[in-house]
Amino acid sequence: MKRLESNLLNMVLVLTISALFAAGALAGVYMLTEEPIRLAKENKKQEALKVVLPEFTCLSEPEIVNDLVVVKAYNNDEFVGAAVESSAVGFSGEIKLIVGFDAEGKIVNYSVLEQYETPGLGTKIVDWFKTDKNRQNICGLNPSQVNFTVDKDGGDIDAITASTISSRAFLAAVQAAYQAYANNPDYVDSYSGASAQADVLPCDTDSLQTTVLPDSIDKKF
Amino acid sequence: MNNLKIFLNGLIKENPTFVMLLGMCPTLGTTTSAINGMGMGLATAFVLICSNVVIAALKNLIPDKVHIPVYIVIIATFVTIIQMCIEAYMPALYESLGLFIPLIVVNCIVLGRAEAFAAKNNVWSSFLDGAGSGLGFTFGLTLLGLVRELLGTGKAFSLTLFPENYGILIFVLAPGAFLALGYLIAIFNKLNTKQ
Repeated sequence: MKRLESNLLNMVLVLTISALFAAGALAGVYMLTEEPIRLAKENKKQEALKVVLPEFTCLSEPEIVNDLVVVKAYNNDEFVGAAVESSAVGFSGEIKLIVGFDAEGKIVNYSVLEQYETPGLGTKIVDWFKTDKNRQNICGLNPSQVNFTVDKDGGDIDAITASTISSRAFLAAVQAAYQAYANNPDYVDSYSGASAQADVLPCDTDSLQTTVLPDSIDKKF
Repeated sequence: MNNLKIFLNGLIKENPTFVMLLGMCPTLGTTTSAINGMGMGLATAFVLICSNVVIAALKNLIPDKVHIPVYIVIIATFVTIIQMCIEAYMPALYESLGLFIPLIVVNCIVLGRAEAFAAKNNVWSSFLDGAGSGLGFTFGLTLLGLVRELLGTGKAFSLTLFPENYGILIFVLAPGAFLALGYLIAIFNKLNTKQ
């Protein structure tokens, strides 16, 4: 069979038909994979919620506090804690994570959803801050009751060796999550009375709300 | 050329990674671990085989003057299909490969094999050529990923062989990719010229 001649009609026809076929094939595959893709994303978030929250029976609708998404967890109508999605700019790109707090404001656990840190260094944030070693574990701490910054900045948390910027960003994101959690009106209600409220809210709220690290810190490196 | 020769040509004699030095961007970018390199290589191999077969089957229906745009449409279709499938069924791999999957469209190996082989040969030979080049690329990426993962973190396919603290971290980072690739190319060519 001889190759089709390159005249206008042939070229237009062939291009149109091949584009139509491509569109059809893609539409088919899209319909097949739409559901699994949605489920995979949903699953990941659900898994993360299960990991970071104390045991719960139902979750509240997500709400926005301080621009962060907060999901509250209840165990038979009793408020047991909340999970907050937070983010901060790390060494390269955004670090997105989800942190769970119990009813007293203590960190239950965290899960990093997205990060582009240096492999082998900054990527350690995924496990570092939940490993029980020296002072690097943040689980069980209440960010308002300890000096929630890295040891290099005079804080109580051990930074990842050779990844101070990632560690700072990580702690800033957790701190911001805590702010959102503490500012959440329901949390104050369900927390035993208004008197406790003052103790829980950290004194210097203004300086901690920003999730982006100040320039001065970055320039040191 | 007999069938075996066509297949081995892409796998060894004209190995895309070590001999032709094609597709260097995903080669250096995705091989931080053996499993990532293998995933990227297999995705590319799938696209290569499918586009080679389709182009060989349709080669006489495609007018010469528009053959490049038609090839690109065919290649892009398969890339998008594999991208959606990976996202749906292997979300972890999708996350680590990220942007590199859609970039298979502009991987010069794919269009190169289409132009140099599939446009002139029958469907079966084109299939073998695609499989050979695709597996050759997979082999190259997996090997590079394995070397980098092992030297950098002491693991092979995520199995710890020696403690991470003894790893040479630079091999996981970009400069290590160039170093490891350079040595692998040297070794591969040394072995190849002996035969």
